[in-house]
Amino acid sequence: MWRLLEGPQTLGRGRWFWTGFVVCLGIAAGYPVFVDGYTVGNTVYFFDWVFMALGLCLIWGYGGALSFGQTAFFGLSGYGYGVLTTDFGAAHGFTLLALLLSVGLAAAFAALLGYFLFFGRISGVFLGIVTLSVTLVCERFMSQTAGPEWHVGAARLNGYNGMNAMPPLTLPWSGGDIVLFPDIGLYYLVLALLVLVYLALRMLVNSRFGNVLVAIRENPERAEMLGYDVRLYQLAAFVIGSALAGLSGALYTSWGQYITPSSMGLNAAALPIVWVAVGGRHDLTATLVGTLVVLAGFQALTIYGSQYALVVMGALLVATVLLAPRGLVAGPVEALLRRRRPGSAR
Amino acid sequence: MASLLNLLYQCGDSFAFLVLSALGLAVIFGMMGVINLAHGEFIMCGAMVTVSVARLGLPLPVAIACGALVAGVIGIVLERLVIRHLYGRPLDSIVATWGISLIATQGTLILVGSSLPGVGTPFTSVSLGGNSYPVYRLLLIAVAVALLGALYLLFNVTRYGTVARATIALPHMAEALGVDTGRVYSLTFGLGAALAGLTGGLYAPTMTIVPTMGGTFLMEAFATVVIGGTDVFIGTAPAAAVLGVVKALATSWEGQLIGQVALLVAVIAMVRVLPRGVSGWLLQERG
Repeated sequence: MWRLLEGPQTLGRGRWFWTGFVVCLGIAAGYPVFVDGYTVGNTVYFFDWVFMALGLCLIWGYGGALSFGQTAFFGLSGYGYGVLTTDFGAAHGFTLLALLLSVGLAAAFAALLGYFLFFGRISGVFLGIVTLSVTLVCERFMSQTAGPEWHVGAARLNGYNGMNAMPPLTLPWSGGDIVLFPDIGLYYLVLALLVLVYLALRMLVNSRFGNVLVAIRENPERAEMLGYDVRLYQLAAFVIGSALAGLSGALYTSWGQYITPSSMGLNAAALPIVWVAVGGRHDLTATLVGTLVVLAGFQALTIYGSQYALVVMGALLVATVLLAPRGLVAGPVEALLRRRRPGSAR
Repeated sequence: MASLLNLLYQCGDSFAFLVLSALGLAVIFGMMGVINLAHGEFIMCGAMVTVSVARLGLPLPVAIACGALVAGVIGIVLERLVIRHLYGRPLDSIVATWGISLIATQGTLILVGSSLPGVGTPFTSVSLGGNSYPVYRLLLIAVAVALLGALYLLFNVTRYGTVARATIALPHMAEALGVDTGRVYSLTFGLGAALAGLTGGLYAPTMTIVPTMGGTFLMEAFATVVIGGTDVFIGTAPAAAVLGVVKALATSWEGQLIGQVALLVAVIAMVRVLPRGVSGWLLQERG
């Protein structure tokens, strides 16, 4: 089973890659010791988004199904976490259960939506605009829930201002629950989760499932002729990827203790596309690296105003598609590998 | 009787909004297979040019024409610079146009500010059977129908239409017969952008002019094009008619938002039944 950690569907193999991986992991593990609490919390914020990016990488990069609506699952799960923890409190580690339940909610919604889309066999372009419509309608729906009649139990949805003041994640412990504020504790939890998800996805895409998924991306008709049910494979990838978007949403909500409808809006929906396209959508590692770099760059630019940052994001997206369609991280690495090992590209 | 008339007006109003939202997007998608996610920004551009020109004191129809023209010219330029390089890569072109949309929305926000002063809605209302209807919105219904007719003539009677349809059907054959297909694609993209600009101009007097206003039209345009499929005349028009009724009924029942939710649910359900859109289904039935 461990052999699946490297294979034809992922860049990076052999001793050098894994040495680098362990070094990176070591740096990431030691990092909180050397920086202040704010930077640690901010890094957790970056990590929170990576799950959504990896999910989109699976759906779009490996499955070839362009979903523009991952933020719908992000928001749904975020609101789910908010409602559950506001209604049932945080005692006895319930927040962890709430996290799982909200991810499950996102996955269930993705399964329902995906059933109609993939079993309706709608083509790539339409899939993009239908999922985008879904997230836009979710945003508009949540924006108008300002009145007191919009509540789930004791949790008010608060319309455009969104929900806030829900409890952060807590770990049940014998001497009283440990509350994970965005600091070192949460950092290690999210880092561990991230490593786990990354390695699990590597194994998934190098398994039989991943190979079939890539075959479908390359040529759906041929995959179908070979006897694979294209619809089921794409639906499965969509549900897994959307559950990861949901994980991002619930983690984000517990991190900042707020969630607003604009997290499902047009600008929010564009950002995952930018991260994944710029990093290189055909590879998990490239997506991971690209997402972190673009997020850090975006935040640095936001100092000058978020509208300037979004203009740069748009320009970056257009430039990537025109000049380096395989991604700014994955493209050069692939070219390098091809030169070093002629004949065995990728 | 009065409520029936009212419902009829609602349906017509929704139909006009759907047709006008979708026409530009549908022409570009139907002819070139490209979904233009910057569609909303062309609408915004048309609206902004229209109010700017109208506030200079020119009559509104002239201002609207200016809006359409500017959007069309920008469309042609954009096609030359970006879209041209992405033919045959529909997924990449949709992503690239989204990047353009981000640049356009936020760039407008930086350059123009968060809103432009609007112009008043021309004409008053007419009273019919106890209800009053704004004349301008009735006019929009007529304009939507007239535009569909004009496009039909453009694609079926003029030389450009014939050449464009030939280019869509068999690009290599058209090229072999001496058609400059690159120019046809440019003009078609420009036409789609101009139609979007026209929509922006037409609705400018009824809306607040903000950089994100394009988003208001986006969902309706997507819904109509997804249900309609690739053919503007036997796809977009019937799709807008069906969705117009759905939206009007749901809106009069529970308000604007439920109208949009109903629209989306109808789209997702219909995609399951008619994966190739109304036009695909009709063409299949026909032969």
